Amino acid sequence: MAAPVLELTDARLRYGDRELWSGLDLQVRAGEFLAVIGPNGTGKTSLLRAILGQVTLTSGRIELLGQPVGRGNDRIGYVPQQKPLDQGTPIRARDLVAFGVNGRRWGLPHLSPAERRRVDEALDAVGATAYAKAPVASLSGGEQQRVRIAQSVVGNPALLLCDEPLLSLDLAHQRAVSELIDEQRRRIDTAVVFVTHDVNPILGMVDRVLYLAGGQFRVGTPDEVLRSEVLSEMYGTTVDVFHSRGRIIVVGGPEGSEAHAHHIDEEKHA
Amino acid sequence: MSGSDVWSQIFDFSDYGALLVLVHNSILAGALLGVVGGLIGVFVMTRDLAFAVHGISELSFAGAAAALLLGANVVAGSAAGSLLAALIIGILGARARERNSIIAVLMPFGLGLGILFLALYRGRSANKFGLLTGQIVSVDDPQLLTLVIVSIVVVAALLVIWRPLTFASVDAEVATARGLPVRTLSIVFMVLLGLAVAVSIQVVGALLVLSLLVTPAAAAMRVTASPLVTPLLSVAFAVTSVVGGILLALGGGLPISPYVTTISFAIYLICRVVGARRDVSGRSDRRGRAEAASLGFRP
Repeated sequence: MAAPVLELTDARLRYGDRELWSGLDLQVRAGEFLAVIGPNGTGKTSLLRAILGQVTLTSGRIELLGQPVGRGNDRIGYVPQQKPLDQGTPIRARDLVAFGVNGRRWGLPHLSPAERRRVDEALDAVGATAYAKAPVASLSGGEQQRVRIAQSVVGNPALLLCDEPLLSLDLAHQRAVSELIDEQRRRIDTAVVFVTHDVNPILGMVDRVLYLAGGQFRVGTPDEVLRSEVLSEMYGTTVDVFHSRGRIIVVGGPEGSEAHAHHIDEEKHA
Repeated sequence: MSGSDVWSQIFDFSDYGALLVLVHNSILAGALLGVVGGLIGVFVMTRDLAFAVHGISELSFAGAAAALLLGANVVAGSAAGSLLAALIIGILGARARERNSIIAVLMPFGLGLGILFLALYRGRSANKFGLLTGQIVSVDDPQLLTLVIVSIVVVAALLVIWRPLTFASVDAEVATARGLPVRTLSIVFMVLLGLAVAVSIQVVGALLVLSLLVTPAAAAMRVTASPLVTPLLSVAFAVTSVVGGILLALGGGLPISPYVTTISFAIYLICRVVGARRDVSGRSDRRGRAEAASLGFRP
């Protein structure tokens, strides 16, 4: 088996006297789709920040492509939460994608013909060609997330980190955006670490889940982890996992754990 | 004073040719400052630093007033004040909310210091007003040279960091993830901004720096989102404002800043109108295309 893209060894993270997780061993291979799920405050985003070198592990190691992680990395593609960009931001959709090709290079924003082709291909692959030249701030949330996915994959990253990329999108766009991420990881064989509080939109795509709750974690396929016994043990209380029309609904966990059923509410706000 | 007296005081073009020869250095310097203001203004807008520009300019004014009082180089004093302010704002004010409160605290302090130094100063009173309202026509040769060198340094540095700075400015989260030194870029930018404010103050004065460092870029952004056209338009607007302002101000005995600010404001108004009209037609057009695209996308 090929060397893992991302490897955590006995990783432990605590803030003050609050331990988020410890003894975390995890390997993510190229082309693998890992969902990181669990209620708020269990260290999902902290895990991403640790992979990006923005927080330091209390103990243990994180390696990307066999090297200890540094502060950010250009082999990482990153899809953040959808946040509207300011009106008047002097950037068109395709310029945002171009940053994924050469945003780190000094000088003026000039693209070679080959780079321009890559940007066009990435825009085309996410179905954003129609608004490639529109000011990025004028796009809807779903359109912006498509452009962000194009940006994140255009540099052929080894690892794609997604931090709640579906938040504040309606159901149709949640589905479209997660399908795009799935398609792209197959196209460029990238490892995906996808942080979400709601596993349902990506349930059919994930290879494994990392479930964080109550200072504990479980890793395995969705069928292995998303079960009443497993979650009851993690939460230390009776939790029921229901399957309904291909969706998973978790009932009975303490604060926040019922988040799986939340996105119906969120959709009303979107 | 009759109406025509006021008019001839504002616009007087007698002996224009002779005056033009006298100030042609100043016009060149003004054009260069237009380039500086137009370019850096794009980032001032993208990074939401308009208020910071105003804060830096007040401390720059204090530095210049101190230099005037001590008989030192006014441009150097002005640069010292604005660099100090820019670094304080850059280091302490990473978040917009913190930044605004730091600026609001610094600004009156700087203005107060400046007024103190000017009150103690016993030299020519035109020098005092010049710091607040602009006086390029009276800039002497050594100062002019300083302006030119600083301006060239700022423009050259901006061109070198243009792409990563744009990335870090519009999309800091992803830029950080990709390993860009976002924080360092931000401090470097604040230094460049401090220098740009210090040289701009020599033309338009501390009170009106925004008309050079913000208005042209803001106007450009109303009419385009292209990362190439935005800085070009912004520079064109800034140069037009400064050079036009100097040319109009020559004849009358008034400071040049009202001319510069008025031209700059007029350009902004025109761009708003043009941008609003285009938005109306552009939005419906784009909407149509987006809907077509989403229909093509499988459900």
